[in-house]
Amino acid sequence: MKEYLLILISAVFVNNIVMVKILGLCPFMGVSRKLEAAIGMGAATTFVLTLASGSSYLINHYLLGPELSYLTTLSFIVVIAGIVQFTEMVVQKTSPVLHQVLGIYLPLITTNCAVLGIPLLNVQAKHNFMESIFFGMGGALGFTLVMVLFAAMRERLEGADVPAIFKGSAIAMVTAGLMSLSFMGFSGLIK
Amino acid sequence: MLSALLVMAAIAIVLGAVLGFAAIKFHTEGNPLVDKIDAVLPQTQCGQCSYPGCKPYATAIAAGEADINRCPPGGEEGIQKLADLLGVEFKPFGSDTAAPKPKSVAYIDESTCIGCTLCIQACPVDAIVGAAKQMHTIIAAECTGCELCVAPCPVDCISMLVIEEKISNWKWKYPLYALNAVQTTDQTTGAER
Repeated sequence: MKEYLLILISAVFVNNIVMVKILGLCPFMGVSRKLEAAIGMGAATTFVLTLASGSSYLINHYLLGPELSYLTTLSFIVVIAGIVQFTEMVVQKTSPVLHQVLGIYLPLITTNCAVLGIPLLNVQAKHNFMESIFFGMGGALGFTLVMVLFAAMRERLEGADVPAIFKGSAIAMVTAGLMSLSFMGFSGLIK
Repeated sequence: MLSALLVMAAIAIVLGAVLGFAAIKFHTEGNPLVDKIDAVLPQTQCGQCSYPGCKPYATAIAAGEADINRCPPGGEEGIQKLADLLGVEFKPFGSDTAAPKPKSVAYIDESTCIGCTLCIQACPVDAIVGAAKQMHTIIAAECTGCELCVAPCPVDCISMLVIEEKISNWKWKYPLYALNAVQTTDQTTGAER
């Protein structure tokens, strides 16, 4: 149990997928302009990523094996696209309100490089099934955390007195960089 | 080589079967358009569109009976969102409808108020408290700024106060896309930021 907790915490803080691994930057910059959208994107990504890391482990372990390892990226993309599509159908049926909130962000997860990155990192780290799922969930929770924090900051920034040259994306980039620096501070958390 | 093809084919078949099953199992009826339009409208229930409220106006838009440019509280952002939702062209406010005003809240001059309750009856959101021959006052947080209470007042003690934009009530402006710059040049420059 302890090792799963370690994997979870390390994926959320120490090896944060956005701030430390620098993956999934396009939703990080693109969907962080409003807090509600950021939360929705985070929730959808968490669901998809947890499912994707589990199923991609199964595919890699039972279907591909070492001799077909050159197919990992290709097959993971196919599986992720399928899961995203499936998720969208289920959400639309079970909770139309959530579907309305998530809107376009749900299908956009297909092309989120963090979602492909985590299954690939799982393969690299030789995680087993449960470890893969926990790593995927931790990565996604870290993504959500950073999205929510960053969206909140950007909403404040919009009302702040920023020099004209830095307005908009420029100050957001600077903020993201500073945030990334501060996440480096977590690196001593787990030995 | 053959095994690679087989594996990819197997993944594709399984995913296809799951998605095909999900499409039947989780089939949803066409989206209820009225609810979607109603969600875009500002819910001031002010009747400036000549319909008795936001929901009737939404029903009329969905039925194709009303134009999308009749809602002053929604502003041009509202028209833009309706245009996006319905897939029609953006339309500026018509000459027969009221133009949008800055967000404001009604205020009763309490020393002039005679307690006639006419404004209470006019208020669509019950934002006015008071009783007959008693001074009335407005719950500012509930007031939608619809101005319906201004006309019935026999002593003209109700005025509209513009709400100043401060950091506590500031909100993101909805983006207006440059696509419409061809038709209306002033609205993109004025409301973009």
